[in-house]
Amino acid sequence: MEKSFSDISYNQYLNEDKLMGNRCKKCGARYLPPRPICVKCKSTEFEWFEAKGTGKLAAYTSITVGPPFMVAEGHDRKNPYCVGVVELDEGVRIDARILGVDAKNPETIKVGTPMTAKYLHRGEGENMKTYLAFEAT
Amino acid sequence: MKKRKLGRGVAVVGAGMTPFNMYPDKDSKDLFVEAYLKTLQSVDKGVDPKDIDALYVGNFSNDFFVHQAHWGPLLTDILGIAPIPATRTEGACASSALSFREGVFAIASGFYDIVLVGGVEEMSKRTTEEVAEGLGLALVPYEMQIGFTFPAVFGALATAYFQRYGASREHLMNVTIKSHNNAPLNPRAQFNQTIKDMMQKAKERAEKKGQPVPDWKDEKDFLRDDRANPSVAWPMKLYDCCPISDGASCMLLVAEDIAKDFTDKPLYVVGIGQGSGRGLHATPELTYFEATRYAAQEAYGMSGLKPSDIQFSEVHDCFSIAEIIHTEDLGFFKPGEGYKAIADGMTKLDGPMPINTSGGLKCKGHPVGATGTGQLYEVWEQLRGEAGPRQVPKKDLRIGAAHNLGGTGGTCTFTILERR
Repeated sequence: MEKSFSDISYNQYLNEDKLMGNRCKKCGARYLPPRPICVKCKSTEFEWFEAKGTGKLAAYTSITVGPPFMVAEGHDRKNPYCVGVVELDEGVRIDARILGVDAKNPETIKVGTPMTAKYLHRGEGENMKTYLAFEAT
Repeated sequence: MKKRKLGRGVAVVGAGMTPFNMYPDKDSKDLFVEAYLKTLQSVDKGVDPKDIDALYVGNFSNDFFVHQAHWGPLLTDILGIAPIPATRTEGACASSALSFREGVFAIASGFYDIVLVGGVEEMSKRTTEEVAEGLGLALVPYEMQIGFTFPAVFGALATAYFQRYGASREHLMNVTIKSHNNAPLNPRAQFNQTIKDMMQKAKERAEKKGQPVPDWKDEKDFLRDDRANPSVAWPMKLYDCCPISDGASCMLLVAEDIAKDFTDKPLYVVGIGQGSGRGLHATPELTYFEATRYAAQEAYGMSGLKPSDIQFSEVHDCFSIAEIIHTEDLGFFKPGEGYKAIADGMTKLDGPMPINTSGGLKCKGHPVGATGTGQLYEVWEQLRGEAGPRQVPKKDLRIGAAHNLGGTGGTCTFTILERR
């Protein structure tokens, strides 16, 4: 059976190292993460598409004061991490961890840098969680 | 967009707020009572509390911050006005702009004549990490799950804005310096020092302790110093971010035809707009807030006013970049021109378009649920000529506005008040 166009499906695909969105069968609009209703034509007829996982950095930040789960991963003022927004080649945008950049010198990071998807797995089996990341290429 | 109009006119005839600050010895009920009593006292010809028809109160996250929900009836009870109906509104940091709006609609519909609106939040009893987690509940899930924080979303927006329009961190500093110049003139502000005052005090402290005295040349030099102004979510540094605060604010709304029974100086609600946004991944562009533009369109359309008719405005500056972008979204400056306008001093207290005369969220404080009606309190004092040393020095001050944002742009409002 086809997976529902939902966050649960989106996250399950991330666990399989797949970046999946959906495309409206009526007007062709693409969404990633997938949506249940087309914003443009209001259709509910969709099909899945797999993104190539390549794009460009559209916005970013280097975080020195993170939420508890990032602090647990060892991030603090001395070890900041980057997150950002990546514009995919398919024309959609997604939030992601940003790797392969110098988080300690954020002013050196450039909007427009080419990026490739990486999948950061935490936990195993049913407890597996995957963080979407993009690495500067 | 269809032109909006109220079923009948609505006026503000009273307003009160606690100073925004950290209150270790007061809880939400204490704070709301204080704002309420000040509101009653502010009604020039008086109001009998028995005549209040309903309460609308904004609160974002006291469920999380103090483990107590269901604030409406708790507050009508403590104010002694139960069993009139109480409705809580939640729009993250715009929660009390929504209570104001619902109160306006309740009167405009003809159902009620006299309505109390306001907001309250109690944040400072939690650690900074807990507050960050609590506020993070208003992020979009895709942002939250990969490690975004509130300042991080605005930091990311800043990098997109910098890239597109050629602005830099130096321009953000102008917002911080201006807010700190206005705040000492506001007795209800949490921070009441200019950046220059703070530099002087830091130098004196170092001297006293026999430490090397910093030799900052000017305010920007101080703000560039990572020790004085550490990064939070680059390019958002400490002085780009509003503080953690407690506080409450209230307003008394009445039908326009009875407004003069309460005061000779009522303020009329001439424009009231609200819009919804949809997160970094789905917003049309990263260099403006679509919810703010929608709210502005609604409010301007209803009022028949243009951005150039607004004589001063409170603008939601949870982070410095937010003030810059919103002054563009509200039409005060063209897209990409906001940072230049602030650099040129256009938005100073004595400039052509004063923004955040209160000191803004940055200095006045940001008890999130109390901020919306807290911003309108500033408009109330300014339009009535009661703002003391921070009175906008314009002749015939008649039209002021307040813009409030919730979440990362998920809920935005724009409210225009007029003195006739």
